[in-house]
Amino acid sequence: MDIFIAKNITKTFAQHKALDRVDINVPEGSIFGLLGPNGAGKTTFIRIVNRILAPDEGELFFYGKPLSPSDIFKIGYLPEERGLYKKMKIGEQALYLAQLKGLSHQDALNKLRYWFTKFEIQGWWNRKVEELSKGMQQKVQFIVTIIHEPKLLIFDEPFSGFDPINVNLLKEEILELRKKGSTIIFSTHNMASVEELCDHIALINNARKILDGNVWEIKKTYKTNTYEVQFTRFDGDTRSFLPPAFEVLEQTTINEHFIARIRIPADAKPNDLIREMLPHVMIQSVNEIIPSMNDIFIRTVTSQNQDSSISSSETI
Amino acid sequence: MTVLGPLLMAAIVIVPVYIATMSNEVKTLSVIDETGFFFGKFKDSESIKFHYLVSDIASAKASFSKSGDYALLYIPKTELSLPTSAILYSKSQVNINVLSYIKTVMGKRVEELKLEAKLRDLKLPDDSKLTTDDILRSIKASVEINTIKIGNEGKEEKSYPEVSVILGLFSGILIYFFIFLFGSQVMRGVIEEKTNRIVEVIISSVKPFQLMMGKITGIGLVGLTQFLLWVVLTGAIVTFVTSSFSSKIKPGSATEQLIQSQAKGMTAMQLPNAADSTKVTGEQSKNEVIDAIESIDFPVMIGMFIFFFIFGYLMYAALFAAVGSAVDSEADTQQFMLPLTVPLIVAIVMAQYVLQEPQGPVAFWFSIIPLTSPVIMMVRIPFGVSYYQIILSMVLLVAGFLGATWLAAKIYRTGILMYGKKVSYKELWKWLMYRN
Repeated sequence: MDIFIAKNITKTFAQHKALDRVDINVPEGSIFGLLGPNGAGKTTFIRIVNRILAPDEGELFFYGKPLSPSDIFKIGYLPEERGLYKKMKIGEQALYLAQLKGLSHQDALNKLRYWFTKFEIQGWWNRKVEELSKGMQQKVQFIVTIIHEPKLLIFDEPFSGFDPINVNLLKEEILELRKKGSTIIFSTHNMASVEELCDHIALINNARKILDGNVWEIKKTYKTNTYEVQFTRFDGDTRSFLPPAFEVLEQTTINEHFIARIRIPADAKPNDLIREMLPHVMIQSVNEIIPSMNDIFIRTVTSQNQDSSISSSETI
Repeated sequence: MTVLGPLLMAAIVIVPVYIATMSNEVKTLSVIDETGFFFGKFKDSESIKFHYLVSDIASAKASFSKSGDYALLYIPKTELSLPTSAILYSKSQVNINVLSYIKTVMGKRVEELKLEAKLRDLKLPDDSKLTTDDILRSIKASVEINTIKIGNEGKEEKSYPEVSVILGLFSGILIYFFIFLFGSQVMRGVIEEKTNRIVEVIISSVKPFQLMMGKITGIGLVGLTQFLLWVVLTGAIVTFVTSSFSSKIKPGSATEQLIQSQAKGMTAMQLPNAADSTKVTGEQSKNEVIDAIESIDFPVMIGMFIFFFIFGYLMYAALFAAVGSAVDSEADTQQFMLPLTVPLIVAIVMAQYVLQEPQGPVAFWFSIIPLTSPVIMMVRIPFGVSYYQIILSMVLLVAGFLGATWLAAKIYRTGILMYGKKVSYKELWKWLMYRN
């Protein structure tokens, strides 16, 4: 079941189209990566989900029903541009923000105590925000984002500004939250974290969604049946014994070790490749080359940009 | 801005002058001079004509309320002393310039008369010890003019133009000060939330409009609390001082005072006893203070002040919030501040003009236009303003507040999410056009 559905969302600012007929389905319990280059429209989309902005066209559904104002209590949002009141005490401020999300005073207090202890910042309750390091402020922000145990969590570039230790802490917490039943949308440029965390993605470029789906399935469609084979005891070119359908893209030698990248026909299996090679060389490893999200990202974005530049030059 | 700036500046110069030229109606002031000393002494000017009546005061008063005359000056006959007091009847609070002109003319005339008398007395032996200084001091005349407002039903009421001037100016400046102080506090608050980047966290929970109004209301309540605290403390001090005065002197009614001032004129005539007369004057003025304070309609003043403070503040605070939302730092506010500060400064500059002519067209227009009305109306109210003008001004101010809030809300909700962009007026206009 999809926890959140956006249908045909369009948003225009003056002449600038920020989102153009975007459809996005977020499956419940998933970690959903919202990817795209700067200025693609990710933040606009997230603001629309949070009801900060209203779309010009299109519909939004939360748990199958049209998104309503009271749903914001079930959504947690950590914006990319985030901050706190500098002169206010941390505890008071966290309480205030938690109560804004519909928690009662006592409830908020209990939950904050739990999280402050967990993140080891309980000693800072009565300190002012300006006395805190940036990382510590981020922790407070993270806490107030999740304090009301929202069903849907939205993180806009959550890892920016964190040191590696805190990034790890955050990742663990995100996985933990998913285990507890939350669905997480996060937007990022950091492809490594996408590989690590996301199971679904949507790629937005130039206000349009150009790719979405399950990460594994996307990778499967983008893989090219290319294998990397390492072997020894050979001199010469692998092309000399492989059938022409098996295309050798590259071959390198490192101290008696040979590495070849070979693309096999679509109907062939890796076993066929091994069978062809076994009589000639000693195989050490065979790995399928699966495109990284980074590659897919760059490839789709640049090809789409080329397409659009071609089509726009045609119109001229 | 390069175009708008000079336009605004030119408007500041031209508009008041234009309105002022409209006010060139000539006022007629009737004079009943029972003493006969002042006949022909009051000179007509461009704005005021003196007209001498030969009738008794009762019938003059009766015909005055029906005539279009501006005021009626009554100089009662004195038996022993020179006339140093007069009564000025008017329908509305009298112009302070006119009052001081009458005082000057009468004072000069009395001094002349005294000097004549003195010179007559001086035909004495040459070994007299009187010096020039003594003579000058002895002829010094202070003229008392009691101003009395005649109401619609012929009800007479003593008025204190000086008190009105001070009170009007004071409350006008106070409003100006409060609006600036708390308005810019709202602006700084909005800028703080924006530069802190907390705003996006908060508006994912509340609507931008709620956040803006919350900020304005919160700071407004702080301002109001502060003001009420001032009122209570000032009231306490005034009551204390007044009661300590009252215990020393019997409170006198307006007519009693008139007699007293006549008596004072008498003592002033007995030249060598100058010291005595100053003592009387001292006690007299204490009594005046109490009367003057009692003449102020405090409930109306405070009520009006609170109304014009609240709505003037709300209107300006909304605009200040819009400015705050449009910029990234306080340094960038300059260009948008101008249209907000100009009306306020114009109002405070015009206040002096309004004080001289509290019922003139300048006073009327500036107390009706919402951007200047909070200040100017407060300046005018002590002089007495007709109900329809007050109500018109209030209605327009509320309308101005609603309009400003509507405008500000549109700018605000776009502005607070806009970073790193140099915003122009054209840009603001675009924001107004956004649907959401």
